[in-house]
Amino acid sequence: MADRPITTLDKVNASLARRYAKERRFRRAGLMAIATGLLFVLLLFTSIISNGYSAFWQTHVKLDITFNAEQLGIGDARDFETLSSADYAALIRTSLKKIFPEVRDRKERRKLYKMISTGAPLLLREILISDPTLVGSHHAIWLPADDDIDMLVKGQIDRTQPEDARRLNNQVIGWVDRLTENGVVEQQFNTTFFTAGDSREPELAGIGGAITGSLYALLVTLLLAFPIGVATAIYLEEFAPKNRWTDLIEININNLAAVPSIVFGLLGLALFINIVGLPRSAPLVGGLVLTLMTLPTIIIASRAALKSVPPSIREAAMGIGASKMQTVFHHVLPQALPGMLTGTIIGMAQALGETAPLLMIGMVAFVVDIPGGPLDPSTALPVQIFLWADSPERAFVERTSAAIMVLLAFLISMNLLAVLLRKKFERRW
Amino acid sequence: MINKRTVLAAALVVAATSATAASRDYVSIVGSSTVYPFATVVAETFGKTTKYKTPKIESTGSGGGLKLFCAGVGIEHPDITNASRRIKKSEVALCNKNGVKEIIEVKVGYDGIAIANSKTAPLFKLSRKDLYLALAKQVPGAQGKLIDNPYKSWKDVNPTLPDIKIEVLGPPPTSGTRDAFSELVLGAGAQAFADLKSLRKAKGEEAVKPLMIKLGIPMSVYNKRGKKVFKTVAYSIREDGAYIEAGENDNLIIQKLEANPNALGVFGFSFLEQNADKVQGSIVDGVAPAFESIADGSYPVSRPLFFYVKKAHVGRIPGIKGYLAEFTSNKAWGDEGYLTDKGMIPMPKQERLQFASDVKNLKPLSL
Repeated sequence: MADRPITTLDKVNASLARRYAKERRFRRAGLMAIATGLLFVLLLFTSIISNGYSAFWQTHVKLDITFNAEQLGIGDARDFETLSSADYAALIRTSLKKIFPEVRDRKERRKLYKMISTGAPLLLREILISDPTLVGSHHAIWLPADDDIDMLVKGQIDRTQPEDARRLNNQVIGWVDRLTENGVVEQQFNTTFFTAGDSREPELAGIGGAITGSLYALLVTLLLAFPIGVATAIYLEEFAPKNRWTDLIEININNLAAVPSIVFGLLGLALFINIVGLPRSAPLVGGLVLTLMTLPTIIIASRAALKSVPPSIREAAMGIGASKMQTVFHHVLPQALPGMLTGTIIGMAQALGETAPLLMIGMVAFVVDIPGGPLDPSTALPVQIFLWADSPERAFVERTSAAIMVLLAFLISMNLLAVLLRKKFERRW
Repeated sequence: MINKRTVLAAALVVAATSATAASRDYVSIVGSSTVYPFATVVAETFGKTTKYKTPKIESTGSGGGLKLFCAGVGIEHPDITNASRRIKKSEVALCNKNGVKEIIEVKVGYDGIAIANSKTAPLFKLSRKDLYLALAKQVPGAQGKLIDNPYKSWKDVNPTLPDIKIEVLGPPPTSGTRDAFSELVLGAGAQAFADLKSLRKAKGEEAVKPLMIKLGIPMSVYNKRGKKVFKTVAYSIREDGAYIEAGENDNLIIQKLEANPNALGVFGFSFLEQNADKVQGSIVDGVAPAFESIADGSYPVSRPLFFYVKKAHVGRIPGIKGYLAEFTSNKAWGDEGYLTDKGMIPMPKQERLQFASDVKNLKPLSL
C-alpha cells in the first residue's frame, strides 16, 4: 500500500487546497479593489454633500416694509420708468431703523444696512412693478440676508474667535441674535440658486445662466454630433471598401478620441472664432467644439453597435432582394440604434462635464444675464464651478459644492438613461 | 438624415453671417484674474442700475488679456482689458501695429500680496531678504559667489526665525501674483547684497561681465543690460521642493495652510481678509498686511491694478462710458466704496480725482 506509485489524481488532490486558496486570494483582492473604489466615491460624495447641502437654503429676514411714495421718491407717478428707478433701499433702511432705533452712528448704520442683501431692493422693485397699487400699503416681506449673515446663521463663522479675526463683529452678531429671537430670521429654500445667473454677491448668485448655456451648447452638439457620427459609422462599417485609406481613417478616429480636450478648444478658437468670425463666449461655438470632441466617441460606439448586428440579418435581407441601402436602413440600423444612443448619451455626458476646451473660446467668463439664445455670451455648468471655486467669499465654498452636486445629478441621470436604454432595447444574438 | 444635415448646415451659415453682421450690445472685458473680482462687482452694479446689459468679463490673465485687446479694432475684439501690472512698451507696439492707436489707461487701486500661515502656528516676522534667501534658486554663498540654495530651515536663513522646515505654497509662473512676488519680494531682497545691487544698476559689457564673474554667474545668461541678468538670477524660485506651486486657486492654498501649520502661503490680500479666522499674514519688514498699511504704501508687497480701454470703441459699443463712470465713481472706488468691501485698496483721493478726470476726457495713454 505504502509503495503505491503516485497517480495524477494524487497530484491533483495534493494541489487542490493550494489552488482553492489562490482563487480565494484573487477574489479577495478583487473585492478589495472594488471596496477601495467605492470608499473613494463615498468620500467624494460625503465631502461634497456635507459642504454643499446648506447652499440650497438661504437665510432670509422678515422686514415690515411700507411702500411709502415719498421715500421712494416717485410722487404720484406710477409708470414703469419711475417705478424702476425709485429708491427701494430707503424702504429697507427705514424698516431697519425702526427695529434698531438706538443705532445712530453713521458707520454703525452702514453695517446695519449691510445685513440685508444688495439684491433686496431689486426684489422690492419687482413686487411693486408687478402691482403698482401697493404704494402706501404695509407688508411683512422676507428679504435675503447678506452672505456674511447667512454664514453666521449657518454656523460657518466661528463665534469663539477673537472679534478682529471674524468677518462680523460682536455688535452685528448681537443684532442678528436679536432678530433671531424676534423670529424674523429663517432659512428658506434657495430658489435664486437655480434661477439666477452669476453674481459677485453669493446670496444672489445662481446656476440658472450656466445651465442654460450648457443646454444650448449640448443641443448644438447633439444636433451635429449624432447625425454626423452615425452617418460616418454607417458608411465606414457598411459601405466603405476595406483598404489602406479606410484603415488610415479608422486609426485617426481612434487617435482623436484620445486627444486632450484643450486641443479641440484651440482648434475651435482658430477655426470658428478667428476664421469663421463667430462671437467669443457663445454656446454655439462651445457646442461646435464639443461636437469635435464627442464625434470620435459616438463614431466608435456606433461602429461597435453596427458590428454586433449578426451578418445573418444582412444576408436574409439581401436574400429577399433588398438593396444594400434598404438592408442597412430597414434592418441593421434599427437593431444597432440602442447601442448608438447609449454611446451618444455617454458622449454628451462627457461634453457636459468639460471645461478645458471652453477656456480657449472665452466661455470662462463672468456672465450675469441669462443667455437668450446660442449666440449670447454665456458660461457652462463646470465653468461656473471653476469660477466659484476661485472666489474669495466664504459663502461661495458651499455654492461651489452645491453646483457640483447639480452637475453630478445631471451626469448620473444621463448615464442611468444610457444603462436603461441598453437594458430595454439591447438584443443578444 | 441628409435633409436634416443640409438644413443644419444652412442654419449654421446663416448664424455665422448674422453674427458677424450684427453689432454687439454689451461691453466685452478680458484680462487679469486679480482685477476680475473687482471688475465683476462694478459690471454687476452697472448692469443692475442702468438700462445697459451687464458687461461680460473673461478671466484670461494680464498677458493673455492684453494680447486679445491688442488684436484689433472691431466688435469681435474686447473693449477693455484688466491688468495687474502696467502695459509694456512691446504690448503698446503690438496694439499700434494692429490699429489700436489710442488706449486709455485707468489705475484702479492697489492689491497687497500676503505671506501667511495657519493661525495655530506662530506669527512670522520676515524681511524681504529672509524671503529671498529662503526661496531664491541661487543665493550668495560664503565667498560671495552664487550657490544653489542650501537653506533647509527658516532658522538657517535668520537665527531669529523658528526652526521650521522651509515650505511655501504659492502661485505658478503663469500667474500675475507670482510676477509681482518675484519683483517685489525676491528682487528687493536680492538687493540687500551689494554685488547683486550693483549688477542691477550695471550697464555695458565692461560693467556687467566682471560682476558676473565675481558672482559666478555663467556667461550663457549674459546681457549688456545688467538689470536683465539680475532678473534672471534673482527672480528664479528654487525647484527643490521648498516652494510648492499650488495652482492659481487661492482658496486651495488656504485649505492647505490650515492642514499644515508649518507651511507658508502666498496669495492676494482679499483672501487674507476673508479668511482672517484661519490664517494670519506674516509681518514683512516690520509691517503687517492690513488695509491701512497697503493704502499708505508702508506694506512693501503691494502692486497697482489697471485697466485699459480702447478709445475707438467708446461710442460704438453701448455702455462703455457708463461702465467707466461707474468704476471711477466714489461709491465704487472711494475710501468707503463697495470695491473696498471686496478687498481692493483705494488710491489716495488726489490720484483718484486725476484718473477720474482723465477718464472723463478720454485722455489716451502716452508712455
